[in-house]
Amino acid sequence: MRAVLASARPLFLMLAALPLAAVAQDLLIRNARVHTVSERGTLERADVLVRNGRIAAVGSGLAAAGATVVEADGRALTPGLFGGITALGVVEISLEPSTVDNAPPGSPSAAASPEPRPELDVTLAFNPDSVVIGVNRADGVTYAMVAPGPAAGAAVLAGQGAVARLDGRVDATLAPSRTLFADLGGGASAAGVSRATQFMLLEQAVREARPTSPMRDGDFRLLTPTGREVLARYLGGGRIAFNVNRAADIRQVLAFARKQGARAVVVGGAQAWQVAGELAQAKTPVVLDPLVDLPDSFDQLGATLENAARLQRAGVRIAFTNLNDGTHNARKVRQAAGIAVAHGLPWEAALAALTAHPAEIFGLGAEFGRIAPGYVADLVLWSGDPLEVTTVAEQVWIDGRPQPTRSRQTELRDRYRPRAP
Amino acid sequence: MTPARSLLAAIAAWAISAQAAPDPFPSTYRTPATTPTLIRNATVLDGTGRRLDGADVVMRDGRIVAVGAGLAADGATVVDAQGRWVTPGLIDLHSHLGVYASPGVNAHQDGNEATDPVTSGVWAEHGLWPQDPGFAAARAGGITTMQILPGSANLIGGRGVTVRNVPATTMQDMKFPGAPHGLKMACGENPKRVYGEKGRAPSTRMGNVAGYRQAFADAQDYRRQHEQYQRDLAEYQSQQSGGRKQDSGAKQPTPPKRDLRLETLVAAMDGEIRVHIHCYRADEMAVMLDIAREFGFRIAAFHHGVEAYKVADRLAAEGVCGALWADWWGFKMEAYDAIWENIAFVDAPANGCAIVHSDSAEGIQRLNQEAAKAMTRGRRAGLDIPPERAIRWLTANAARALGIESKVGTLEPGKLADVVVWNRDPFGVYAMADLVYVDGALVYDRAAPAAAPASDFLLGQPAGGAP
Repeated sequence: MRAVLASARPLFLMLAALPLAAVAQDLLIRNARVHTVSERGTLERADVLVRNGRIAAVGSGLAAAGATVVEADGRALTPGLFGGITALGVVEISLEPSTVDNAPPGSPSAAASPEPRPELDVTLAFNPDSVVIGVNRADGVTYAMVAPGPAAGAAVLAGQGAVARLDGRVDATLAPSRTLFADLGGGASAAGVSRATQFMLLEQAVREARPTSPMRDGDFRLLTPTGREVLARYLGGGRIAFNVNRAADIRQVLAFARKQGARAVVVGGAQAWQVAGELAQAKTPVVLDPLVDLPDSFDQLGATLENAARLQRAGVRIAFTNLNDGTHNARKVRQAAGIAVAHGLPWEAALAALTAHPAEIFGLGAEFGRIAPGYVADLVLWSGDPLEVTTVAEQVWIDGRPQPTRSRQTELRDRYRPRAP
Repeated sequence: MTPARSLLAAIAAWAISAQAAPDPFPSTYRTPATTPTLIRNATVLDGTGRRLDGADVVMRDGRIVAVGAGLAADGATVVDAQGRWVTPGLIDLHSHLGVYASPGVNAHQDGNEATDPVTSGVWAEHGLWPQDPGFAAARAGGITTMQILPGSANLIGGRGVTVRNVPATTMQDMKFPGAPHGLKMACGENPKRVYGEKGRAPSTRMGNVAGYRQAFADAQDYRRQHEQYQRDLAEYQSQQSGGRKQDSGAKQPTPPKRDLRLETLVAAMDGEIRVHIHCYRADEMAVMLDIAREFGFRIAAFHHGVEAYKVADRLAAEGVCGALWADWWGFKMEAYDAIWENIAFVDAPANGCAIVHSDSAEGIQRLNQEAAKAMTRGRRAGLDIPPERAIRWLTANAARALGIESKVGTLEPGKLADVVVWNRDPFGVYAMADLVYVDGALVYDRAAPAAAPASDFLLGQPAGGAP
């Protein structure tokens, strides 16, 4: 184990250096099937020109002196994929506490006296060198929401996360994507904090963040002074993602967001299809796992593989995440998108739920998620249909820089590759 | 072991097994009455490694009757499968449906008797809730047979049961007639974490190995007691039949007290129960192979063998299958060295036995896609893996590990008519099972989902109904 790591290291360093060498180079990808995820739709045999890390032009017969030319031969080119709600860069091995860096303060026993800590900022713990990032990037995931773990003892407010770019840069998180995460529902109930208590705590936290009357010494306080400041910011038009599944809870979230002027995002939403009209009307997006089709809990009765299709038909903005193992296997969102297509979601909508829509949901829609002039050149060239499990990412670019196609997993593969018969 | 001793051991083993049999929880599954079915003009992957284009499949009285071109069957229901693919029913070697049922409430945590590291006396079938909605979801994914195993908290977790994936009210109505039990064992992190946290052994991998060995050593002793009893009984009986019954004063020997824990382990050493070991790391697999040799049992498969690719040649040489995932990894240290090509590399050597398993209520719904991912990565690593080879990972190879290969796993005449008609090549993300047959009976029809009985649990729920 140790020997493998030691011998693999020099190669990693070499690969890490590779993109830097290509930084100033313009890039021209020719003859691609370009899925722009814009009003231009899919362009056959089109060229994409990248300058200074941004898309400069999309069209046919493009030329650029001195640019690196990549011949796509009709293969599919998409924007880089959004990996969903993850712990990328903050969890290396889920069961090793020394590598788990997204957990809010507290312990299981905190259930007795939950301490909501909205001021927790998980992005400070982000490690751009995590092996888990490279493995997912090799499959086309170029950015992802780095989220706090579940609130300890179901303290309702888990803390803040943000979208991180996955090319190893130190300053990886994108400020407009900052999001406060809240946990509501049966999961918290199981941790000893009933729904009634959850809403009571939420109300108390809001009251403290926006005091209707001056707070006095000796008043009961749930939040720290910093927590009050942070929560007040999010209530004043910030983005709050609610991990919630039950239709009744989603209605409570919509009512809360309306009353407080916050922008809500529903994460999970197994029963979201039942309140699709209300979600559409409130313009509240849903980040869902299309594979959730079993009543894993009493919050998920009626879970269906058609959730994505039904929400999309109702006009709800959707994005995908992998709720089962959204960190190590964040890459599985691509398969989940394909399965959503098999269950009624239009193919273009499924690709949008991996690209443009999550970018929009998290405040990055003007720069990420599309192949259009001015957009960031995060791109993936695929061996076939990008949503197909028999397709692989052949080349990934972030900011127009080619990313290593190798990862720790390919190193292991090559060490143990069977001898030719 | 001298020939005489091995004969004696065999007799004793027979005696013990005769004592254990018949199954105290016998299967009440009955082959349903069916009309013959003729599936016409499909691309058939028969599970033996053959692909037949434009082929027909005939099922009658619950059995495969014929596979080939231009078949006819009097009075048969004809299924036009033009453009569609046909495979054997899929078999999941590793499922916890029913023992960790949906909804996952506390009351449904019936898969780990995590109160002692060796619980070989417990049987998964006694925790299996047939109303788990996961069974129907798996059926829609083409799963016709599966092994329900205890979890991996314990060194030796208990017996697994092989079931037919049919709607049922009792476990016995699902139990696969004649299928051997499995024995679930677990390497590595889980047992040492579960018991180490309780402040008792095992808390290390050393403790794990001592635990397996002591348990099997106890089973050897139990077997010796039975051998002694059989000898004493034989002597007593010969005395009785020799007409000296009054003068010897000999008393009829008393059989040893039954020990359900050790009975299971003896049956595993005697090959009546298949040994299935949850084991991630290659080095631990090698240790388990040595333990198997020390105590004379065979390992059917290493499950979750994330590092199986590192010992693929050894597994093939020992005839041990690797039951694997396509891409799950990293959730614990022993799952850190995953590679996409694991299944393909384990499949590659001569006699290699790769199996795609789920261990997941989600994964079991699309084993075909897990296989597709593994096939894709294997091909890109230079291996020749056509669909007719890959389908064995989720059919014939799993049947072999379960000891039911003479009954299911291929579409050969005489086998049970477990058949899936797919809407297209099953190795893809848009593939779905159109029709699923168990013993020739249609148990799932995608065009008529309402006909599939929902779990009792889902009846009357506000947003209930089948998934």
